[in-house]
Order: sequence, then C-alpha cells, then structure tokens
Amino acid sequence: MSDLARLRAVVAEDQALLRVGLTRILEADGIAVVDAVKDAAALATALTADDIGVAVVDVRLPPTHATEGLEAAIAARAVRPGLPVLVLSQWVEPLYARELLASGEGAVGYLLKDRVADVDAFLGAVRQVAGGGTVLDPEVVAALVSRRVRPLDRLTSRERDVLTLMAEGRSNAAVADRLSITEKAVGKHINNMFAKLDLPPAADDNRRVLAVLAWLNAG
Amino acid sequence: MTARPPTRLLGPVARVEPTTRALNERLRLTVVSTGYALSAAPALAVGIAVVLSVPLALIGVGFPVALVAVPSAAALAGVHRRVSGALLDDEIPAAYADTSNRGLLARPVRWLRDGARWRDVALVWFSATGGLALSALSPLLLVAPVPYLVWFVVDPGWPGTLLLGAGGLGLLVWWITTPALTRARAVAERAILGGSRLAELARRVERVTASRDETRDLSAAEIRRIERDLHDGAQARMAAVGMSVGLAGKLLRRDPDAAADLLEEARRTTLDALEDLRSVVRGIHPPVLADRGLGGAIEALALAVPLPVAVSLTGIGRLPAPVESAAYFAVAECVANAVKHSAATRACVRGVHDGTRVRLTVGDDGRGGADATGSGLVGVARRLAAFDGSLAVDSPPGGPTIVTLDIPCPT
Repeated sequence: MSDLARLRAVVAEDQALLRVGLTRILEADGIAVVDAVKDAAALATALTADDIGVAVVDVRLPPTHATEGLEAAIAARAVRPGLPVLVLSQWVEPLYARELLASGEGAVGYLLKDRVADVDAFLGAVRQVAGGGTVLDPEVVAALVSRRVRPLDRLTSRERDVLTLMAEGRSNAAVADRLSITEKAVGKHINNMFAKLDLPPAADDNRRVLAVLAWLNAG
Repeated sequence: MTARPPTRLLGPVARVEPTTRALNERLRLTVVSTGYALSAAPALAVGIAVVLSVPLALIGVGFPVALVAVPSAAALAGVHRRVSGALLDDEIPAAYADTSNRGLLARPVRWLRDGARWRDVALVWFSATGGLALSALSPLLLVAPVPYLVWFVVDPGWPGTLLLGAGGLGLLVWWITTPALTRARAVAERAILGGSRLAELARRVERVTASRDETRDLSAAEIRRIERDLHDGAQARMAAVGMSVGLAGKLLRRDPDAAADLLEEARRTTLDALEDLRSVVRGIHPPVLADRGLGGAIEALALAVPLPVAVSLTGIGRLPAPVESAAYFAVAECVANAVKHSAATRACVRGVHDGTRVRLTVGDDGRGGADATGSGLVGVARRLAAFDGSLAVDSPPGGPTIVTLDIPCPT
C-alpha cells in the first residue's frame, strides 16, 4: 500500500481550470503530482524523469492545439516502452486509440474528460494504467465494436457484453460484478469468445484485453 | 481508319491537313461565306430602313417603318448569331430589353435606348459593307476560273492562257485564305453582337469569383472559431464543473465547508458555460479534421463506421481549410449513404491531389441505384459547386456504386 500511496504523476493540460482540477483530484487521493505542465515541450521534458509512475495527458496542447499531447505521449513511450500514460480528451477518436495501442504494450488509457467527474472511477483508471493495465473509454469501444458487426454475429449477446467490458479494460472480477455473474462464468464466456474469434488463448487479464483490442482494431 | 464526325455545314472552323477533308472543309466554308455575302442585300435594305426611320419618326411615318425594320434587323442578326456562333463553337447571346408589354408606339422609343438594338443596326451595316467584302472573296475566287476555262477552251490564245493562270493562282489564294476569312467574319460578328457584353460579363465573373473566395475563407474561419470557442469555453467549463462536483462529493463528509465552496464554484461555472453556449451560434468543425487534415479525418471516418472501409490517399497533405471541410463532409455523406442504403459489405475511399485538383472516389459493393438527385447528394454537389468542384454518381442497379468528387485546388 505504501508504494501505491507514493505513485508519482505528471499532468499535462493547457486549460488552467482543468489542470488545477486534475491535480487536486489526484493529490486528494494520495498521488504525488510532481509536475503539472501546459504545453507539449514541457511535457516531453517532464516525461524524461525516471520516477514517473503515470502521466495524465490532454490530447490537445499548445502550440498548435492539434494532437501534440498524444504525440508526446507516443514519443515518450517509444523511448521508454510501457511508460504508463492516460490520455484525456474532450472528444474520443478511435483513430487515436489505435495509435496509442499500436505498440502493443498496454499501460495506456484513453478517456473522455467527462469521465473525470466520476472521481473514484477516474482514480481507479489512473491506478490501473499505472499498474500496466489498459483502459479505454466506452465510447471508443462502442465505435470499435460497431465496425466489426459481422464477425461479432457469431457471439451470443452475453459474450458481446463481456467483450465490450473487457475491451474497456475491466478485469474478470469487474466484468463479473458488472454483469452480476460469477467470475467463473466470465472465464467461460471469454474462452468461448476467443475460440469463436480465432484469438490465441492468453492467461493473464492484460494480455487478453490487448488481444481483444488488437482484433477490434484490425482491418 | 479512325472514325470522324460527319461534316456539318455549320460546324466550327477546323484545322485539317490538305486532303479530301481539307477540300470539303473549304468548300463548306465557301458555301457559308456565300450565304454571308448574299445576306448583304437584305441587310442593306433593313439598314437603310432603320436609319431612315429615325428622322421619319418626326413626321410619324418612322414608327411603322421602325416596327417592321427593327424586328427584321433582329431576325437577320439572329441568323448571324447562330451561324457565327456555330463557326466559333461559341454562344452569342441576345439580350434585348423586354418591350412585349408596351404599346406599339412606345416600342420604337424604348428601342432607341436599347444597346442590343443598336448592335443589330451595326451588324446589318457591317453585313452590307466590310462583311460583304470579307465573305464575297472566297466564292469569287472559287468560281472565277470557270469562265476563264470556258474562254481558254473556246479560244486557246495567250490572253486565255494568262487568265487561266491567274485563275489558278486565285484558287491557291482561295485555298489559303478561306478558313481565315470565314473565321475573321465570325469573330467580327461576335465582337459586334456581344463584344462589350462579354467583356462586362467577364469583369462580373471576376468580381463574383473574388467575393466568393472571400466568403468561403470567412466561413471556414468562422467554423474553426466556433469549434475553438466551444472547446475553450463551454466544454472546458463543464468539465471543470464535473471535477468540482465530483471532488465536493468526496469531501462532503470529511470537510463539508470545502465541499460547499466547491459546489458554489461549480454553480457559477455552469452559468458561465451557459453564456458561452449562447454565444456560440452553429456548426462544429470535426476536431480530427482540424488536427490531422483531410487524410487523417478520412481515416478516422473509416474507423468510425460499421463497415470495413479501405482508405488509400496519395499526395493529400494539408489543404486550404475550406477545401478540407467541404471534401470531408462530402466523403462523410457518401460513406454514410453506403452504410445506410447500399447493404454493402465493403467500401473504399481513394483520394489523389495532383497539385491542381483533389479527386476523391467513394465506392461500395452494395446494391447500387443511388439517387444522385436525393437531397444528400444534391447538398454535397451544391457545397462542392462553391469551389467549382463537381460530383459524379455511377450507381447502376445491382451496384457497385462509385461517387467521384472533383475539386480544383492549386497548391
């Protein structure tokens, strides 16, 4: 517990109100915000520090207000593979999710800023990403799932529910809780689903999530 | 043997090699020139009548004369418009002031102030004078050797030989000058009948083009501004409200005073957000289009629709914002049609920018039969027309559907 409490974070957000708000929320939960920056250059510098446990980054940062935040995060992860990054945005774009997930390492999150208002869920996502997990906004997952409608015909509706929740980055336990079924049943659904979609079996939660996301992102 | 279009008497003046076709072409132009030359007689009569009608109007006789002569001049000018227009492959429009609702006596008065009527007068006089000279030469040069040949056959002495030689020389001149003379006549008539009007139209088109460029740049900037306003204003404020309220919820038990302060701050922020929203008028520019340009936005679009869409784009970098916006919305509409109506299993978007135009093709393997007159595609066509762009729909029943968008876009 003591090293969780010492989680060190970098926040990159150009809107002062939101930067202060994010810092406040993280610190209220015992996460040390070591740097709160407002542009891409400062973010790139901040991410070179060795002891960063997680970066919470706005997609759109100065100077051009395009996708500098996203690009800085991807560049930093190219230097330090697996550097945990949670990307926030006022809109979500499956294209950017694909770019974030392309390295296949996990420890990434991509959420709408609206989700921050659900403080506990947001903090859960921050810790999950810091721990190497993957968290995707339900909106992104819905878009990815909707475009693979035809191959997903083969799944039962329960299996589709499990797939959607898994793709958002939830653990078996969380999926079971959400669907009010047992964890064992979740495991069974996942095995059936993987068999139907020709996905290679994977033991741990995170590998399975990445496999599902890679499959959703393909084609 | 390659197919060629049949010779038309009133086709455009063409450049052809000295072959049977070249001969036919010159013979055709000579026939037209003969017609031009023969029109000199009625033209002279009408021209004199029109000119006389003005002073004669003082004693009243001019009115009936004008009522006959002026429409005759217009009819003659109408024939010349058609003939010269056909020779130049152009249209020479007529633009008379409307006098159909005026009394018989009021019409000639109005005609006096109508530039188009005076152009008719100029034309009939040209037909009777300079035009006659231009057009009579070709037929004269062509038929002149005939009597000389008769003379030579009847009396093969040296005068006959000399004349026949001169006639042969005349035929050479005929061969060389006929196309140029005919064309010169047509060009002169176009200048007389529509010259200054065409120039005025050209100036107007320039003005319209310039103002339209301004308008479309302005509207693109406006859309971008609205998008930025929403992002920096209402959206940011609402997110801050969410955070404040969320945090207040956490602090409610532990520190009720701090929670109350946060809630008050949130309340004030919502008021500001509402004011921001009121100030934003309409329309949002897709953020990915602003961030990544047309290429990125089309890729993002392809990812977001429930249909596999193959995207292949060549040379599509950052284009002027209005072109990006129009092209994006056009492609989005076509892709949406493929998803909604075509029952397609696959779609593709191809795009090329060759430095002068952007050409985008949206295809699907669906059932075809897309209605190019449907409101969606008409809207797209209208949007593209502002850029002198065009939309072509090829969608036979049974498919496939291919929509081609073409937008001029010099780099």
